Amino acid sequence: MTISSDRLVKAGAVTDTVADNPLPRRRRRGRGRNIVEVTLLTVVAAAMLFPVLWILETSIKENRDVYAVPAKFFDFKVTFAHYKDVFFASDGGASDVSRSFLNSILVAGGSTVLATLFGVPAAWAYSRFPLRAKKDQLFFILSTRFMPPVVIVIPVFLMYRELGLINTHIGLILVYAAFNVSFTIWMMKGFVDEVPAEYEEAAMLDGYTRLQAFRRFTLPLLVPGIAATAVFALIFSWNEFVFAIFLTTSQDVRTAPPAIAGLIGGTTVDWGLVAACAVVFAIPVLVFAFLVRKHLVAGVTLGAVRR
Amino acid sequence: MAGIEVTTLHKRYPDGTVAVDRVDLSIGDGELFVMLGPSGCGKTTTLRAIAGLERQTSGDIRIGSTLVNDLPPAERDIAMVFQFYALYPHLTTRDNLAFPLRAEKMPESQVRERVDEAARMMQLGPLLDRRPRRLSGGEQQRVALARALVRRPRAFLMDEPLTNLDAELRADMRTEIKHLQAQLGTTMVFVTHDQVEAMSLGHRIAILNKGRVEQIGTPLEVYDRPASLFCASFIGSPPMNLIDVEIADGALRGAGGLLLPPPPGLSRDRTLIAGVRPEALEVTEPGAEGAIPARVVSAEALGDEIIYVLDHGGARDVRVRTAPTVRYDLDAPVGLRHSGVMTPVYDASTEELVA
Repeated sequence: MTISSDRLVKAGAVTDTVADNPLPRRRRRGRGRNIVEVTLLTVVAAAMLFPVLWILETSIKENRDVYAVPAKFFDFKVTFAHYKDVFFASDGGASDVSRSFLNSILVAGGSTVLATLFGVPAAWAYSRFPLRAKKDQLFFILSTRFMPPVVIVIPVFLMYRELGLINTHIGLILVYAAFNVSFTIWMMKGFVDEVPAEYEEAAMLDGYTRLQAFRRFTLPLLVPGIAATAVFALIFSWNEFVFAIFLTTSQDVRTAPPAIAGLIGGTTVDWGLVAACAVVFAIPVLVFAFLVRKHLVAGVTLGAVRR
Repeated sequence: MAGIEVTTLHKRYPDGTVAVDRVDLSIGDGELFVMLGPSGCGKTTTLRAIAGLERQTSGDIRIGSTLVNDLPPAERDIAMVFQFYALYPHLTTRDNLAFPLRAEKMPESQVRERVDEAARMMQLGPLLDRRPRRLSGGEQQRVALARALVRRPRAFLMDEPLTNLDAELRADMRTEIKHLQAQLGTTMVFVTHDQVEAMSLGHRIAILNKGRVEQIGTPLEVYDRPASLFCASFIGSPPMNLIDVEIADGALRGAGGLLLPPPPGLSRDRTLIAGVRPEALEVTEPGAEGAIPARVVSAEALGDEIIYVLDHGGARDVRVRTAPTVRYDLDAPVGLRHSGVMTPVYDASTEELVA
């Protein structure tokens, strides 16, 4: 998006130079366009960011300020009590939500590691070897993501009940890994395709086996791609709600999204606590996305330009 | 050092594509052997099968006296140069060269000696501490060659190594490779789709088409007597004129009455096509002795020669190579006659050489 609008601007500038009396007109028009652009972007940004800002505000307001009418934007008393409540129960022990965060870390981390461990070698194999009906196989792998989770959650629930996987960490890890492995294979295949097979082949002629060649030469070049893919997988598992709420009932296993949702629905809702939980919940993903932002862009635009 | 024997090689991919239908090659010890053909003809697959990077569906490959069918690439004692060089990006030139030696656990003093020797041979001295990213295409290619020869393998396999270089550099590298091969005396199999490269490098050339060998011969044999219509239309620039002919009065007669010298022992009952090199034809003034009337359709002035395209009433226009001093206008009526030696003749239905 940004690239295309950038290009439009440049193209516009070029046509302007061709026009008669080009300098002043271009300037005037350029400034006019700038003002419009900035105004529009500000409005859009405000609309998009308002909920985020409101959550941040709510999380540091006292409860009576949260419910104040008219709403208080600036003149409220700042408190961090809600953040304390996120982590500590009233008796001073760990709160239920904080346990759900640990569950989320375990489940999201475990499923991402599992998906990467299986997905990367599979992607390498699909990229390098001629396989029978390769395209159909890849399509089948992709098709496992076609169904909305709501549709398959009941069959999965029934299977899990038979297997005793309801209310277990490993159950959630497996179902998320299953979703993520297809994504990992597809995204990583693009990255592997970009690494010339000749490196491995040269290494094989130099005395290495195929797997050694993969480990020593291709794998290091794939690290950025693996990072990007893993972050996507992590975000998916971290945010997942439907399976989490159907397949877990106990607070000991439940991940953060259903746990936070569970805070809403009593006779009174502690919105300050909900907002603080949401902020804490969002931070890890934001930090990760920020750390690998370069690779994320690489991952998103991969294959857009043919070499 | 060793020769390479390829016997009834066949390669079929899991998706059913037949890359190599049937290839037999007998490459001599110390020979520079070129496999030439259009893309998809199976030349690269054959080379990769020799290297061990592809497993053939059937057929045998011998390097020296060893049957290498089941040997992994590393144990075949060959070196390969790739089209994209495949220098390890995280290693300097020096380490790239040392890599195959270290892989076979050679003592470090000996490694240094070998690397220095190869670097001297390919004049890589100033490049030794750079990484591939900081080398030009030609320099990368020289490093790739040095990496191939540092191990002193029994044979070199070259997979279109010059394709990515610009024209001038390509000619230089061609000379360099030829010289290197002669100096080392190591068997070399060179794959290319460029006929000029093939002609100038090869001791012998194999022309491949659709997974089969159409002809094997020295450059001149291949040029003078292409074994099939495919070879006739593939070698030479411009390629041979393929002229429909019939036998009449002891001569070969083409459209417009163009007469070609008859090869001996041709039976009459076939549809024949003669392959006539552009330099075996002559443009003359209209009505010159033995010339048939024709018209100039176009002319390509190349500086050292002019290629005239003439319409003589045949199904295809013919191309004639002339000296740059021979000048005719477009659309001018001219004469056309054969001035060369005996032409190869092909059967139109089997597309093979009959005389």
